[in-house]
Amino acid sequence: MVLYTGLFLNTIIEDTPIYENYLPILVLMIVATLIPLAILVITNILGPQKPSERKLSVYESGMPPVGDAHPKFSVKFYIIGMLFILFDIEIVFMYPWAVIYKQWISTSIFILVEGLVFVGILLVGYIYAWKKGALDWE
Amino acid sequence: MEIFYPYIFMGILLVTWLTSVPVMVLVERKVSGWLQYRVGPTRVGPWGLLQPIADALKFLSKEDVVPHHVNKWLYIFAPALMVFPAFFVIGVIPVGILTLGGKEILVQIGHTNIGILYVLAVSSLVVYSITFSAWASNNKYSLLGGLRSAAQMMSYELPMGLSILGTIMLVGSLRLEDIVNFQMNSAWGIVWQPLGALIFIVTAFAETNRLPFDLAEAEAELVGGYHTEYSSMKFAMFFLGEYCNMLTASVMITLLFLGGWNVPFVQGMNLEPLTQQVIQIAGLALKVVFLMFFFVWVRWTLPRFRYDQLMNFGWKTLIPLALANVVITAIVMAIVS
Repeated sequence: MVLYTGLFLNTIIEDTPIYENYLPILVLMIVATLIPLAILVITNILGPQKPSERKLSVYESGMPPVGDAHPKFSVKFYIIGMLFILFDIEIVFMYPWAVIYKQWISTSIFILVEGLVFVGILLVGYIYAWKKGALDWE
Repeated sequence: MEIFYPYIFMGILLVTWLTSVPVMVLVERKVSGWLQYRVGPTRVGPWGLLQPIADALKFLSKEDVVPHHVNKWLYIFAPALMVFPAFFVIGVIPVGILTLGGKEILVQIGHTNIGILYVLAVSSLVVYSITFSAWASNNKYSLLGGLRSAAQMMSYELPMGLSILGTIMLVGSLRLEDIVNFQMNSAWGIVWQPLGALIFIVTAFAETNRLPFDLAEAEAELVGGYHTEYSSMKFAMFFLGEYCNMLTASVMITLLFLGGWNVPFVQGMNLEPLTQQVIQIAGLALKVVFLMFFFVWVRWTLPRFRYDQLMNFGWKTLIPLALANVVITAIVMAIVS
């Protein structure tokens, strides 16, 4: 089962089934999970355990804590979050376009026009958000 | 035998990433000292060389305090989530080619065709750790630092994703090894994509929360930011993750824009293949070390941004510039072909 042959690559990748390429990443995932867990367990065993009331209280520069720790925060953060999702998805859509661009542009100009139309639509949304003041921080 | 190579490389890369953290901490403290006309650490071992080991032992032997006002499981889980992507991200990063047993082997853990996309996806997981630690700490400083950091990292991820597009269009592949090969056969990425390289380096500073973009920590105003309530090794894990991410960012800048393991003129010297390849890997390491020094250099050269300046710079300057870079690259490529 050949799933990919390298475009420029003269090394090894041809003819390897996909699970063989992803299996080491799965193993790495398990190892990368175990490392922080091991650190957490070791520090829990090695360190002393002498809790006291002062130690366990909220740190607020040595003063008794005032008010709620979760105050209302600016609506700007929500707007930035939503704009991020929209723009990030649009940028992800541009990745496959960018990968095939080099092959396609040699035969027809159509892919360039397509890309420009997409960027144009993105720009309209971007300018709208800018004019609405969603990008302003004061 | 060949089937075990990825696992051997995995061991080597993990050890490299882990051991680079204490070395980087020492280098950062030494260079910071020199830049401020001090000597930096000198007491532990000759020339302060054992300082990071002393730091690590001290962190390990400190009491692991879990304050009673925190959201316990999220509080414990958050630093682990910082370390996890720092190591998981090395899964597709190639560091060179070695001739072993008469075959050219790429030093890489998983040979996937989604290279850059994987690195971007995994490295953006860090934002969850910061948000969780900020929320779980139930502390005002933590929450403010975490919110700032989350918004900052999201904002700078957009220009980062856009700045790489030009390189991908030139190469026609998401594989990092294809990008390095392309640079070996022509010129370094920074020559092809100067604007893209600049934007990528700036956003890499923002994504790793380094000065001038370290508003998450901003110790003068927010105590420690999102890790105010953390102690002992849990506190150190945030720095472990942060320094690993810095190393990954340096490697990515090298692979994308500084020619990867390409060392000029070494291919024309008619060396043994293995000698040449080892020199190339050393060249990659040297470029990465320079970039790490660059990180410290910038830290003591530029003052911290104000938050509104930071967000305006990201959304109103970098995104249009990165989009313009993509469009210009597309048009120039169309004209040339």
